[in-house]
Amino acid sequence: MHDTSSKTIVLSGSHNKFGEQVLKRAGTNFNRCLHCQSCASGCPFTGAMDYLPNRIIRLVQFGQIQPALESATIWACVACNTCSIQCPMAIDIPGVMDALRQMAIENGHQIAEPDVLNFHREVLNTIERYGRTHKLEIMLRYKIKKRDWFTDLNVGLKMLAKRKLDLTPSRVSDIGRIRQLFKKSSKDA
Amino acid sequence: MTDPAIHKYSYFPGCSLATTAKENNASMVAFCRKIGVELVELEDWNCCGSSSAHSIDSELAAALPARNLSLAPEGRPLLVACPSCLLRLRQAQLHLLQNKDQQQWYQGTFDRPVDTQLEILHFFELLERLDISDVMPDAFERLKGLRFAPYYGCMLARPPELRHEKNYYGLMEKVLTSLGASPVHWRFASRCCGTFLSVVRPDVVTPMVNSIVDGARQAGAECVITACAMCHLNLEVRCRLPDSVPILHFSEALSLALGTAESDGWFSRHLVDPRPMLEQRGLLHSNG
Repeated sequence: MHDTSSKTIVLSGSHNKFGEQVLKRAGTNFNRCLHCQSCASGCPFTGAMDYLPNRIIRLVQFGQIQPALESATIWACVACNTCSIQCPMAIDIPGVMDALRQMAIENGHQIAEPDVLNFHREVLNTIERYGRTHKLEIMLRYKIKKRDWFTDLNVGLKMLAKRKLDLTPSRVSDIGRIRQLFKKSSKDA
Repeated sequence: MTDPAIHKYSYFPGCSLATTAKENNASMVAFCRKIGVELVELEDWNCCGSSSAHSIDSELAAALPARNLSLAPEGRPLLVACPSCLLRLRQAQLHLLQNKDQQQWYQGTFDRPVDTQLEILHFFELLERLDISDVMPDAFERLKGLRFAPYYGCMLARPPELRHEKNYYGLMEKVLTSLGASPVHWRFASRCCGTFLSVVRPDVVTPMVNSIVDGARQAGAECVITACAMCHLNLEVRCRLPDSVPILHFSEALSLALGTAESDGWFSRHLVDPRPMLEQRGLLHSNG
């Protein structure tokens, strides 16, 4: 029998600074990836992706900064964990996507799905203002930025009619504390 | 031996239950009260960060849930209604317990040490601890004949660091079957509903939701029962099928079995009106 252990290729990351950064930020060792594609087979969102999830990991392993950070995949991932629950190597794949998304923003990379980023920013904006999300405001501001008033108008009206979109936000009283948490985060970033 | 004392839990409803899914909140609280569990809403709770904080700002994703943990009174478990909030709160708690620097920040910010004993649990876990025939003695067979598609979406999937926790797959079937309802076997029980992509990429989410609702119908279900307010909303607003089926919150179904469901406050808020189906089934009377 051959001793295969000596033939294992270990991607240590020492020659791949990008990979190391992602590893540190994501806090999950994606170098364990077997590329079995369990993640890709189960992911309900591959239709909105340019690279399958394991291929994103491959790009990172090969130090391919631009294709990884400018991919649509990192924005299509909603962190439903369908992939990570079936990953035989227990890799937190959505955690890798979180890390890549944040690195793409910080390093000024082209954002493949700017609408998704705008949406996330509007959600966080309402949390900063009220301490809780305010769906109507998120939708209106998102639509203003996108300059798109008609898509989903009927959905919005139906939700208003059913009183599912509150006109005024639900608020936290100690909003000072919430602002403090936001300040801390922007200072550390 | 039955303990007549009321069990008190701290309660975190989360933004969806406080706004778009008020009927989920009301039916949850009403159901719990009826079975002797008092939910005390966490005072001045804030958003857990939802999908957006962890997506673009990990720091906030840790800080926002931490404030909620700091509001929880000691010695009382914290019941979380929304599966996504639950995940955020549990992950934040885990990272706090693992990280000394984070603990120091927490103590400095919230002026109290991390409560290492705080138990955070989902509604499913509460139900599992109870004996249904004990807490709902009159509800036996009340849902008789109701054919439902149990829909968990992604709520039972977790990141690897939370894998060791107990799984609750099949819980809705178990509980609702004991109340007389019949689950259908279908493909989409744990297919994600699309969450926030429903807003940004309706072109992606609409076909997904259509196939989920159609799958339920094809399997012979009269309704889909969800345990997540986000799933409920997406299945309602994104379905473009000419003949959708009603989508019920699990807490509403339980209240129906207890005979405490409120037609006007709850079912009138649904985009697909479940009242005709429920009335036909004798589960709801037209005067509410």
